[in-house]
Amino acid sequence: MNNQTLLTVNNLSVYIYANQRCNKAVQNVSFEVQKGKILGMIGESGCGKSITASAIIQLLPELARIESGEIIFHDSEEGDIRIDSLDKNSKEMRKIRGEKIAMIFQDPMTALNPVYTVGFQIMESLRYHRKLSKKQAKQRSIELLREMGIPSPERRINEFPHQYSGGMRQRAMIALAMACNPKFLIADEPTTAIDVTIQAQIFELMFKLKNQYDMTILLITHDMGVIAELADDVVVMYMGNIVEKGSVEEILMNAVHPYTRALLKCIPILGKGKTQELEPIKGTTPDPYDRPQGCQFYPRCEYGTDKCLEFPETCYISNTHAVKCWHHMKVLENG
Amino acid sequence: MDNSNNTLIKLSDLKIYFPIFKGVFKKVVGFVKAVNGVDLDIYRGETLGLVGESGSGKTTLGKGILQLVKITSGEITYIFDDEEKNLQSLPNEDMLRIRKKMQIVFQDPYSTLNPALTIFNQLQDPLKKFGIKPKSKRREILETLLEEVNMPKESLNHYPNEFSGGQRQRIGIARALSLSPEFVVLDEATSALDVSIQAQVLKLLMNLKEERNLTYLFITHNLSVAEYFCDRIAVMYLGKIVELSSAEELYNNPLHPYSKALISAIPVVDSNSKFGRKRIILEGDVPDPANPPNGCPFHPRCKEALEECKHNVPQLKKLFSSGKEHYVSCHLYKKEFV
Repeated sequence: MNNQTLLTVNNLSVYIYANQRCNKAVQNVSFEVQKGKILGMIGESGCGKSITASAIIQLLPELARIESGEIIFHDSEEGDIRIDSLDKNSKEMRKIRGEKIAMIFQDPMTALNPVYTVGFQIMESLRYHRKLSKKQAKQRSIELLREMGIPSPERRINEFPHQYSGGMRQRAMIALAMACNPKFLIADEPTTAIDVTIQAQIFELMFKLKNQYDMTILLITHDMGVIAELADDVVVMYMGNIVEKGSVEEILMNAVHPYTRALLKCIPILGKGKTQELEPIKGTTPDPYDRPQGCQFYPRCEYGTDKCLEFPETCYISNTHAVKCWHHMKVLENG
Repeated sequence: MDNSNNTLIKLSDLKIYFPIFKGVFKKVVGFVKAVNGVDLDIYRGETLGLVGESGSGKTTLGKGILQLVKITSGEITYIFDDEEKNLQSLPNEDMLRIRKKMQIVFQDPYSTLNPALTIFNQLQDPLKKFGIKPKSKRREILETLLEEVNMPKESLNHYPNEFSGGQRQRIGIARALSLSPEFVVLDEATSALDVSIQAQVLKLLMNLKEERNLTYLFITHNLSVAEYFCDRIAVMYLGKIVELSSAEELYNNPLHPYSKALISAIPVVDSNSKFGRKRIILEGDVPDPANPPNGCPFHPRCKEALEECKHNVPQLKKLFSSGKEHYVSCHLYKKEFV
């Protein structure tokens, strides 16, 4: 860890208890987010991406619990804050949420409250955190909406979320998240529900805001393309574990974990057309309540041996590139 | 490439409008023009991709071809045993025979299977309808089908909730194939699946096409998948086809400004292209299909729009580039390109 780190997650485990069964949704996850960078987190559905994100901002579902590990937010003003030890509804946590760390959700229609105007929802956060008067808050909200590229914000501020189109709703959500100029923004699949041309607009906006406000972003996605275009560092998750992490070049050009490699090979790449050969990953993701022993990818992996029944340790390929696989040397030799 | 005598389905000036009702008396106050004048030939044995953003009318067009939604005007001709059949004027018994030849696989594998019935009970219905008796024969047919889509035959006795998304989609495919169709509409068949499962399903669909000599209409919003999977691709925007060409040609040489923007907007996993590619960012949203703009539907968002675009609706024109057919509906392309 150096002073360029904004957030450290150490051995975080989150379990979800439902129907008298326990889903070990996130197991021993450790990563760091560097100031001013975009950390991309990629994985298939059910791999624990969103649970990790909601643990950071303490918005876990009721049945989920942080079992062990620490989440440390390195604040330049107040020093280090142990987020995991704060109570969900405590004053301290509410101060961090929205002011220092903000979140953009996947589906703006369910994330915005349908019975309040968009303006009211943005003003609420401004008035709570910044103690602005009603008039000032309204002024600032209009500025925010204009900055996000919403036309005629003076009129739009009094409209309800259902009067917005999908792309505009997502812009309104970004305005809401940006209201207090947070240092750290968690974007949980911000464009999954949106068309590609609008997705391009939203990413351009996020990139602009990041540079303008020197913001750090944790970008959660399942689209390798998005990672390739936006992220500086990448974390690859599979079944609640981080299987590989490194810079974007290391992951895309020199992936070492069999899962990352397989994932890259099964996505059709634009421009290659019929010349490319897709190699599907065999089998399906295991039932989270009935996990395989040891390495979670073992049943689907072509490199699997008996050693994989033991959980692999972290091995470092370079300073930044780490992988959890017993056979990473074999994978490397394979090109 | 002359495929004119190899056409399976011919659409001419197809229009599908949905009325908007208002007030106590349900007065019709307008129409959502979901499909607004589509001319399209689907050739036997090809995979035709239909791409476009949400609300562009892709799904409505697919359902319209199968007569699952009512057509407002236009003609659908299905060439069946060398006989041209106009689907609108067909008596019901004949329509039933043709329905056997056309099937659909839906997007969401969770909502298209009945949770209260076992797989056998819901998959046997189409076979029953076409008089396949006794029950043991139906079971036999379905068992071989399930094996064809790489599912264990015991799955027949299970309920849908016991399967994962990818498995359910395979069951959906098996259901569509149970009557040995010629033509299958794949309506976003892989969109709800994770990438590792998507590749499995795409491979399966390609193999089935080879074995059974199928014709696919592949509806998707994912252009990378369309390029990989399709022979020809039609790009739709606000109920109209704006460009139609072979998949290769469309990606190497897109002509319509909308197709150019659409292709440039896709994030690509290729670190070489990260800084080299120029991205065209469109402004604004897709207009309301109940109230489309005059002239070319794309002109309010088009950077290359001419004065003409605001008044005249462009027609789909046939161009030739490097010897291949390429249709585009845009005023920028005049006769000199032909």
